[in-house]
Amino acid sequence: MFELLGIPPQALFGQLLLGLINGSFYALLSLGLAVIFGMLNIINFAHGAQYMMGAFTAFFLLQFGIGYWPALIIAPIIVGITGIVIERLFLQRLYQLDHLYGLLLTFGLALIIQGLFRHQYGSSGLPYSMPAQLSGGHNLGFMFLPNYRGWVVVLSLIVCFGTWFVIEKTKLGAYLRAATENPTLVRAFGINVPRMITLTYGFGVGLAALAGVMAAPIYAVNPLMGADLIIVVFAVVVIGGMGSIMGAIVTGFGLGVIEGLTKVFFPEASNTVIFVIMAIVLLLRPAGLFGRAN
Amino acid sequence: MAQITEQADIRPLNGFGLWSEQIAFMALVAFLIVAPTFIYPVLLMKALCFALFACAFNLLIGYVGLLSFGHALFFGWSAYACAHAAKVWGFPPELAILTGTATAAVLGLVAGSIAIRRQGIYFAMITLALAQMMFFFALQAPFTGGEDGIQAVPRGVLFGLFDLSDQMTIYVFVVVLFLACFLLIYRIIYSPFGEVLKAIRENEQRAISLGYKTDRYKLMAFVLSATLAGVAGSTKALVFQLASLTDVHWTMSGEVVLMTLLGGLGTVFGPAVGAFIIVAMQNYLAGFGQWVTIIQGAIFVVCVLLFRRGIVGVIAHALRIRL
Repeated sequence: MFELLGIPPQALFGQLLLGLINGSFYALLSLGLAVIFGMLNIINFAHGAQYMMGAFTAFFLLQFGIGYWPALIIAPIIVGITGIVIERLFLQRLYQLDHLYGLLLTFGLALIIQGLFRHQYGSSGLPYSMPAQLSGGHNLGFMFLPNYRGWVVVLSLIVCFGTWFVIEKTKLGAYLRAATENPTLVRAFGINVPRMITLTYGFGVGLAALAGVMAAPIYAVNPLMGADLIIVVFAVVVIGGMGSIMGAIVTGFGLGVIEGLTKVFFPEASNTVIFVIMAIVLLLRPAGLFGRAN
Repeated sequence: MAQITEQADIRPLNGFGLWSEQIAFMALVAFLIVAPTFIYPVLLMKALCFALFACAFNLLIGYVGLLSFGHALFFGWSAYACAHAAKVWGFPPELAILTGTATAAVLGLVAGSIAIRRQGIYFAMITLALAQMMFFFALQAPFTGGEDGIQAVPRGVLFGLFDLSDQMTIYVFVVVLFLACFLLIYRIIYSPFGEVLKAIRENEQRAISLGYKTDRYKLMAFVLSATLAGVAGSTKALVFQLASLTDVHWTMSGEVVLMTLLGGLGTVFGPAVGAFIIVAMQNYLAGFGQWVTIIQGAIFVVCVLLFRRGIVGVIAHALRIRL
């Protein structure tokens, strides 16, 4: 077998795959943040907690005999509905205020949600087994590909590009983009913008929950699984800029891969590399890679 | 641009209003003199360290309108630097605190020059991410002691005269240090420099058009805030003889936001009041585990929805005085 820069290819491709998986979650979560920010002008600090709720919902559903495949649909809907309740109860009161209040409120919500789950389930992880159809893997010659991990990357790509397609290429997406630019005018055309905002928040939260369900068989289901992740996703969002959907997707996957490669070549820095990149991008291009300067 | 503080619609002061801050300050001093007779001094010192931390944080959010979600970076790293200087290098307490403070100032300069490139929500996310990066450094760096932190930090003898291992001596030292920094912050707020900061908070574009280099003012305010947070962190390291990962974690950044929000953003006394309330709450509810976190989250939600002026802000608004 050949070696690349003194690294055995198994390790290299293995980490690359791990990087792609992390990238899938970064992309799904930063996509949700970008969609929510576009409509609500709120940075959803509770996104990590809602990702965790997705994983827990899948875990609860399993107790009722509902397996992974239905959970993939049901859990995001359930968590999305809790998001809609949150928007109606709390967030809609903040649209006239400074954006920072939305950040503070959702931070408080994240503390409450994570606190409640930790109170109930402790901080050790709960196991969630992989669906039988996706256990095992394929030997690709240069690396071993576990089926489930391949599935996560593919599904994440499908969902990300599906979202991009809906927002950029359909009539519904056109309404959304128009309402982002000028909500008053869109309302004058008879479109129910407040309901659209509510559903957008529900959808963004649902994306986070979907990521949570997908993560459940890989990482242990744990009340704090989203707490540190959300900070990395914030850095991803700063690097990509929240102006573009495609930017969020590309940055998410790209940074996941870079993080994976760092694990191979410079393992000590793997936790911090995304933050370092963020600092460099801010110094060179403050608006972010895909952001519009304003 | 909307403001995070709600002081803009302030009503005219009543005749008593000009003196209210002096009177409140005297009351604070009196309280700090009497308090050790009925409150455990270590708890008071903890509250004072957090009060100073929150006042330093408020300088940025309350007067420049910049929400830093990463102030634990300065608090925690100054604690590490102070503890290391006192324990490993054998520095006396005044030099150890100076080391911690200088560390925070340098970190503030670096983090500030990166973070002020973006405004609003992005600023909050960037400071949070930078703090998280430095959290991982603290986790990995050999001198911080990883999960154990730096323990058994000697308190030492201040200026070669005052033995800080005595509980009351260090209490007096912490009170004097707190009041000095508090007055310094008060001085900054009402200085011409502070007025420019407030102008930036109200309308940055207009401040630019008036010829102010707002980036420099913002950076200066950021460094000042980080430095004062460094004084708080260093003092905390000496009082508890411990510097640990808790101090650099994002939950610490969240706590200082909470204290300031509860007390009143952009008020002089609010952050200190908020810090005392939160520290007291953590102390008395310590046995309830996760409920402390849940209550803190609930306070965030209630403050943002119903109570944006904070406790001191509400009082000041109702009585038409400055506080």
